[in-house]
This record gives sequence, C-alpha cells and structure tokens, in this order.
Amino acid sequence: MPLTDKTATTTTGFNLKSLLDPEAADEVIRIMQICNACRFCEGFCAVFPAMERRRDFDEHDVGYLANLCHSCGACYHSCQYAPPHEFGVNVPQALSAARIDSYAAYAWPTFLADLFRRNGTVVTLGISAGFAVTVGLMLAMISPQLFWNVHLGEGAFYQIMPHTVMAGIPMAISALVMVIFVMGWHRYWTHTGAVWGGMSALLDAVKASLTLRHLGGDTASSEFSGPGCPTADDRASNARRIYHQLTMYGFLLCFSATSAGTIYHYGFGFQAPYGYFDLPVLLGTVGGIVLCIGTGGLFAEKRRLNTAVRHESGLGMDYAFIISLFLVSFSGLLLLALRETSFMGLTLAVHLGLVYGFFLILPYSKFVHGLYRFAALIANAGEAHHEKANQLRESQ
Amino acid sequence: MHTLDQGGLMSNHLMSFLAETNWDIIIVGCGNAGVCAAITAAEYDCKILIMDSAPREMRGGNTRHTRNLRAVHDSPTDVMTDHYSFEEYLDDLMRVTKGITNEHLAEVALRGSELLPAWLSKRGVRFQPALTGTLDLGRTNAFFLGGGRSMLNSLCRHAESIGVTFIYDAEATNIALVDGFCEDIEVKWQGTNHRLSCKQLITASGGFEADLDWLSEGWGAAAKNFLVRGTPYNKGVVLRTLLDCGVQSVGALDQCHAVAIDARAPQYDGGISSRVDAVPFAVVLNKNAERFYDEGEDFWPKRYAIWGRLVASQPDQIAYAIIDADGLDRFMPSVFTPIIDNTIEGLAGQLGLDPTIVRQTIDVFNAACPKKPIDQTILDGNTTTGLGIEKTNWASPLVKPPFYGYPLRPGITFTYMGVAVNDRAQVLMQDGMPAANLFAAGEIMAGNVLGQGYLAGVGMTIGGVFGCIAGAEAARALNR
Repeated sequence: MPLTDKTATTTTGFNLKSLLDPEAADEVIRIMQICNACRFCEGFCAVFPAMERRRDFDEHDVGYLANLCHSCGACYHSCQYAPPHEFGVNVPQALSAARIDSYAAYAWPTFLADLFRRNGTVVTLGISAGFAVTVGLMLAMISPQLFWNVHLGEGAFYQIMPHTVMAGIPMAISALVMVIFVMGWHRYWTHTGAVWGGMSALLDAVKASLTLRHLGGDTASSEFSGPGCPTADDRASNARRIYHQLTMYGFLLCFSATSAGTIYHYGFGFQAPYGYFDLPVLLGTVGGIVLCIGTGGLFAEKRRLNTAVRHESGLGMDYAFIISLFLVSFSGLLLLALRETSFMGLTLAVHLGLVYGFFLILPYSKFVHGLYRFAALIANAGEAHHEKANQLRESQ
Repeated sequence: MHTLDQGGLMSNHLMSFLAETNWDIIIVGCGNAGVCAAITAAEYDCKILIMDSAPREMRGGNTRHTRNLRAVHDSPTDVMTDHYSFEEYLDDLMRVTKGITNEHLAEVALRGSELLPAWLSKRGVRFQPALTGTLDLGRTNAFFLGGGRSMLNSLCRHAESIGVTFIYDAEATNIALVDGFCEDIEVKWQGTNHRLSCKQLITASGGFEADLDWLSEGWGAAAKNFLVRGTPYNKGVVLRTLLDCGVQSVGALDQCHAVAIDARAPQYDGGISSRVDAVPFAVVLNKNAERFYDEGEDFWPKRYAIWGRLVASQPDQIAYAIIDADGLDRFMPSVFTPIIDNTIEGLAGQLGLDPTIVRQTIDVFNAACPKKPIDQTILDGNTTTGLGIEKTNWASPLVKPPFYGYPLRPGITFTYMGVAVNDRAQVLMQDGMPAANLFAAGEIMAGNVLGQGYLAGVGMTIGGVFGCIAGAEAARALNR
C-alpha cells in the first residue's frame, strides 16, 4: 500500500505550475510523511520543526524544506528507519536531490535551467571564456612589450587594461547577475508560498547565516556550542561549519576589498595598486588567505562526508564552485606577490579572467544555495514566530 | 576472488582472536542495558566483548525505537521540568502494574533513575531541553536528542573509546550453564558456530516478541495476527536457553507492551510511526461493525497502551477507527494515509465491513451524542447517552464528509516474561539461588519490575539502572 496519496488528502489543491522533478519531490514527500509520524529528530535543526507545522506535503513544501536542510546527516545516523529498514528513510539525501533540482527549477531565464544539470562543465567553460576574453582584450589593446614590462606606481594596472574596461566589465556582469538573482528569488518565494515574517524574521535569518546555526547539530545549544554534524561516521564535528564560514567571510572580505577600491578610485581619486596597508589590499589579503583555507577545508570535508548521506549528482557542482573560489582567491594573492615584477601583466590577466568568469556563471553555480537558503531562513523565522504567537494566544 | 578471500581471512583472524581471548566479561546484546553494563565494567578495567545479533545499522534491539527515559528528580533539571519524586514514580508504577511487580527491585530501579540522565550525559549522550510539547512527558521523562538510536550511537562510541570490543551479526545460540555456572557461550557468526569463553556473562538480549510461535504459546491463534512493532532481532534465543538450563522465569507469557497500530504497518520493526492516535476522536468498530470499548475514556497518552490488548481480544484481531472531516486535524499525523470516502457506506465497503451494519452503528452512535462541540484540551465530559458502551469524552457525531478510516492491529513492542534476578542483577535459578557468574539486564528481566501495564520510559530506566548494576557487579566478582 502506498505511503502517500496526496490526491486523497489534499482538499485545497494548487494550481501553480509544477516546477520540481516529480521523482525527487515524491521521495521527499514519502519520507516527510514517515518523519512527521516519528519526530525523534526535531531537536537537530530547523527542518523538523518546519515539517511539524505541516500535515500534508506538496512540492512547494519540498522546495522550502530542501533549501532549509544542510544535509549534515545527523538525522540519518539517528534514524530507526534508515536503510536497511524497509522504509529506507534518508532525509539528507532526499532533500539534497530535491535541493539540487530546485536550483534548476528556480533558475531564470528558465531555458538556462539546464546549466545546473551540467554544472561542472559550465564552470570550466565560464571561467575559460572569461579568461580568454580578458587576455584577448588585453593583447588587442596593448603591445607585448607593455604586457611583459614592469609597471610601478599609481595606475600601474591600467597600463595593461584601461580602468573603464576593467571596471566596466564586472559592472555590466553584476547588473545582469542582480537581475537574475531577483528573478530567482521571486520564483523561489512564490513557488514555496513563503510569507514575509517582518524585520525580526529577517534579522533572525541574518543571525542564522552569520553563525550557520543549523549546522550546529542541536537547536537547543547556543550559536557556538553545538556538537556539529556527522562526518565520515556518526561522530559529530564542527569542521564543516567552520570551513564554510571561513569561505563565506573570506568571500565577503574580498568583496568589501573591491568595494573599498571602488571608493578609493571614485571617491578619493587614488589609483591602484594600493600599498600593502591600504584598506583594499588589507581586506583583500586577509580575505584571500581566509578564503583559501576555507575552500581547502570545505573541499576536504565534502570528500570526507559519509557516502550514504551525500548526493553524488550534486557533488560536481559543489566541487566546481569550491575550486573556482579557491582559484579566484589564490590568483589574487599571487597578483599581490608578483605585481612589481614583469609577470604582473600575465597574473593580472589570469586573475581578472577568473574573476569575470566566476561572476558570469554565479547565478548558475552553487552560489545560489546562499540565495535560496537565506530566503528559506526568513520564511522559517516568520513561521516559527507565527506559531509562537498562536500558541501564546491559545494558552491565554 | 582475491578480495573475498582476503575478507574471509580477515574475519577468520578476528574470530580466532575473539575465541582465543579469555574475556573478563561477555555481554550479549548491545542495547541500552548492554552498553551501560559494558561501560560500567570497562571503567573497572575489564576486558569486554559485546555482541549483537543484528547488523551494526540495526544494533541495540528496541533501544533504536525508544525516545526517552523516566527519571526521579527533586527540582527542574535542564532536561526535565518541575519535579518527580520517587514516591510519585512508584505510585505510577503500582497503578499501571496493579501491583504485579517485585517492589524491592522496582525501588532499586526507580532510585537509580535519579542519577541516570547525568551519568549518560557524562558519557556523551545528548538530551533535548525539557519538552512541553505533544506527549506532555517533559516533567517525568528526559528525551534523547535524536531518539534512542542517536543515544546508543553516543554510548557505543564512548564504550569503543574505552576499549570495549563490539561484534555484530553475532547470534548467541547456546549457553553452557552447569550448576548455575556459565562455562562458555556458543556464537553463530558468519554461518559457523564458535565457542567463546568468559569469566562473567551478562545477558542483555531482549525479549521474544519477534518469535510469533512463542507468542502464540501465550496468546493462542490470535498471535498470528499480531504485528511486531519492535525489533525483528528479539527472538528470545538466549532467554529460551536460560530457561531450559533451569533459570527461574518471571512474568506471564502474554504480558507485553502492545498498542493499536495501523494494520498496514510492516510485520516487524514499524516503530513509533506505525501508531494511530485517532482513537479518542473516532468510533472504533470491530470486524462485526460493533463498538467494543469507550474510545474517550481518558487522554490518549494514558490510554494508548491498553488498546493493543483491546484489539487483540476482538475477532480476527482487527479493528477500524472511523473519523469524519472534523476529527482529522485533532491528532498527530500517522505514516499511512487514512482510507477515505465521501459516505459512511462507501468507507465501510473499502474497509471490508458490512455497509448496512456500519451505517446503523454510526447512526445509533450519532443519535446518542450530545449537541455541543468537543474540547480536546480537557476531559470535556461530552458523553453519549443510552449506548451499551458509552463514549464518555469527546463524543461527537460523525456527519461531516469526507470520512476517514484506519485499520488497526495489535502492535507488540516488547514482552515482559523473562528471567528472575536479584538486586545485584544476578540471574536466579529455580531454587532461588543466584547463578555464579550470570547477570541479566534490560528487557530480558524487565518483567521483574513491569509485570503488566506500561509506563512510558520505564523500560529505559530499568535497562540503564540494571545495566550499570550488572556491569559493576560483574566487575566486582572479578575483584576489580
């Protein structure tokens, strides 16, 4: 007898176009119906309390729950219904399959959704394309002598490539990326039926992101004291959480370095390269090093993850994103080291190529996990708040 | 097949290592009781082997299906609210067992429960903060974060870290017990039998709920319609061996923890999610479409444990809980989607009941219901009047379609008949004398304390406390 028969129990029905792969969504629905009758895992993370607020599940809930889950595996190792049990419950794997599918489902424009399904290749192609364009442009614009020369002092970089081009390309890319992000967010938000929970929900989501609270392995522990999540076996560790945050903070530092550079350039009229202790270089150096450590550790942790928990088809995307982030930051550090040598031109070309390529494919890379997870966190905080308010009202 | 050969060689090496080692203590069963015993004894520097008949993923018997333990506490702790005195705990136990308990052993278990949550925490077990949610057990019971399997993972990891050796898929098939002295133990591992020797033996191997033939010795033919909600690995092999060797038994053969579960649940291992909480808001019929018990007698957490026996005593051991659209959202969702129909007759047909008689029973029930809405948060006294069997709370006519039906079967979690022990967890022989080097803990001896009835979380209390006692006493017998 089937475990789920949505048509029988859903009385309201929904007319929204179906976006998710039915096979991935159905497996999540099947499993959630088992979990919701058990609830032993409710203390691990936000997924289970969110599940308990529902009685029936449809693909909209799947899109939401999938993006709330970190696939840490704490519930898998604790599950009385995990394989070889005939119920075959594997929450992290089912949700990660649905999550990977949701990246494609929410992608805009929709015809680019396929990019997600061939992601490893896409990253390589994107980076190489960016790379080629940059180098090509440079060589077209300058003479080889200039390219291999040593350039020192203000405006040294712009001997190789004029500032308007160097900054103009990413600005154009950024504008495009922002539009794509807004559309993706919109698609996620309407599809999952998320409800805006007010500023307090936003604040809570920010806090959860800054601390990666839900990888702590225990919702009752404080932001920093959780046992963490399982790695190769059922032993808990905070390693993945720490490396992820190093990656995130490293990325934010590098991003703020670029912003600081922009302010220096347009606000104060200072031309790059800046001194080692100038803000843009300081932020970029620290950020770059942190990012290298973070991505390196994250890569190792991904590889160490229990094979029963991880979802193989999504790993290509994960690895590609981690590696390209590493290359971007590493080439930036290399440029800093070599900027006063005759290799500056080449290193600059490589670094810019990698950066442009990275940003160009940003909306079709693993980067979007942050977008949808943040949206899910806001929705979750709002839901939790409403629930608490309702309980309070009932008890009075 | 090079790799296979190597694998075989490795396991041969392992087995000869296991067989050649003269273990201080062998423990059969790595559930809560067994691992508590192992840790306690290992802390006295004993060389310990613990074996489980299940594969590693399914290890630990019914511990995998547990969620909490019931413990005495004087004041609120970080895992339980308010207070729960020894006297109140004992009263609760006396009430559910109707006095069928060894009061001295009950006292030992209940007194010991006070230290148990902290003892477990110290060895890596994480608890949830005091719950105030659905089951309303936050005052009396401490809940494991992630449930029993998670708790067991932490305990086993701790035991491994202090040198306890674990083997899985290893079934204890025979115990050589001569004049109350255990000489060695026969273990079936990877298809062959091996003899392992030890100085002390602790049996923590669970009950016999997965042996339907044995159940039918107590229940007769009805047992063939039982579902086993607990682990399929508790076949009572060790228990049978001990009883055959002259160990004193305790508890009645037909006593067990049995609840009404969804008839569509698997034959074994359905666990918590197979339960159906619809009864208080339902009309429950047997296969003749007759009601047979007051569905609204008390709050469900106080009544669910009697419904297994109630259904077991109905013809063909089947019953059907029927609710209408108004009832559906009043209880926890269950794993199986209810059977649904827009008419009572249609639903009856789908359930395999006689539509005319069901219609008649429901009509009579509906007519006997009071006209005011029910309040499920209290015993609302909304009772039927004039029925042979009244529904004394939450009685409400089934009128609003669609109608839903859940087929129910008795679902056995664990059995109570086991071996008699004393307060040192020593197994007692038929003459009342303790066996020389044989101990028991957990479900295999829970019947000493829990002779009948059920109290949520008491099984884990008995297992934990007597596990620790067995480990300590076995170590003491070795002068550790």
